[in-house]
Amino acid sequence: MEGEGMQTPAPVGYAKATSVSDALALLKKHGEDSRIVAGGHSLIPMMRLRIAAPEALIDINDVAELKGISIEGNEIVIGAMVRHAEVLSSPILFEHYAIFREAEKLIADPIVRNRGTIGGSMCQADPSEDLSAVGAALKGTVVIQSESGTRTVALRDFHEGPYMTKVAQSEILTQVRFPIRPGAGSAYEKVERRVGDWPVASAGTFVVVKDGVVDDCGIGLTAVGAEHFCAPEAEAFLIGKEPTEENLSAAAQLAADSCNPFSDQRGPADYKKHLAHELTLRALRRSAAASQGA
Amino acid sequence: MQITLTVNGTEYTRDVEPRMLLVHFIRDELLLRGTHWGCDTSNCGTCTLWVDGEPVKSCTMLAVMADGRAIRTVEGLANGAELDPIQQGFIECHGLQCGFCTPGMMMTGRWLLDNNPNPSEGEIRECISGQICRCTGYKNIVSAIQWAAEHPATSEVTS
Repeated sequence: MEGEGMQTPAPVGYAKATSVSDALALLKKHGEDSRIVAGGHSLIPMMRLRIAAPEALIDINDVAELKGISIEGNEIVIGAMVRHAEVLSSPILFEHYAIFREAEKLIADPIVRNRGTIGGSMCQADPSEDLSAVGAALKGTVVIQSESGTRTVALRDFHEGPYMTKVAQSEILTQVRFPIRPGAGSAYEKVERRVGDWPVASAGTFVVVKDGVVDDCGIGLTAVGAEHFCAPEAEAFLIGKEPTEENLSAAAQLAADSCNPFSDQRGPADYKKHLAHELTLRALRRSAAASQGA
Repeated sequence: MQITLTVNGTEYTRDVEPRMLLVHFIRDELLLRGTHWGCDTSNCGTCTLWVDGEPVKSCTMLAVMADGRAIRTVEGLANGAELDPIQQGFIECHGLQCGFCTPGMMMTGRWLLDNNPNPSEGEIRECISGQICRCTGYKNIVSAIQWAAEHPATSEVTS
């Protein structure tokens, strides 16, 4: 049955984990070339193309403690196994941050969203990942667990480079957490070549307007070479200023200036810089308007 | 590795290599060739089948990951000789030309209608946005799903 041109993964071991501690034990048992598989929608295509050839897969699809979206104190907690479809439809997320629904509607397609997970997207760390821009904009954190305990890492400190994160071989990302900000408006803007594609450029923002000025804000960008997917200088510029078109545009320009996109099949670098400005401005406009109840 | 799963209500137990993709298991081990194997990159959607009630692109799932789960393929749409409305819709509206994308389109369409019995045209188009038809027949595919919405199933369907 080896068909012509058929893409088949290399031989691989497989074990189904029943809990996080079980998964950690299995990672240890199967050694450093074992990999966690969640939705599999990045890892399995990479295995078929033989870009990845793990010795064993540890399947965490049945780990109940990694599922669900909840509120703990002042934070929204999303389990690592929560799938894109659930992020898209979650009333809790929509109540606090419209950005999740807006970004998710533009990630892949409904069928892929039934399988892909937020934890998997974070750990894959694709430089064009939309949820990385959302996570950076909202200044979220991730919880990483090992056999010796858990640690929390800021998403703006999570990526070590393209496809590289702070999660070590012996660890599992278990949660993604976001602070709740009363009165925040948020939005996501993306330009893609066709429905379901990776972005040419995307920007996501939140803004809290208080007493007529920007009290808090966050700007995330993806696919445009923004360091840690964020634009802290642009954010600092906006704090304490009125959310006028002029100020928002100046902040968006600072964000675009901090990006370092490269030319590829999705477009030339100067076009992507232009998009970084325009999409950041659009997202800031809508975030500020939403924060002011418009 | 031995796996046991249910496909269209029938339980199967087979020994498979962990690297075997679910689409190849369904087609080559169970000989259910209604599920098509297309792009191999989770783009085209013709391999779409249901896993525990939700459509999944079976070229991007390992057969071992389906152990213990309930699968529904295009062969599980009809109730004996009685076609599911989604199948009848594709006949009534000429929803296929070459037919290659059709099983995935029908599995996705059936799922949409089960969750949203009266979808708008926009909702239908969004739902099938992960399915590619290269005969450029989307207009008739949308019409076929609309036809099925207007003629809902009377009999219980199995998953």
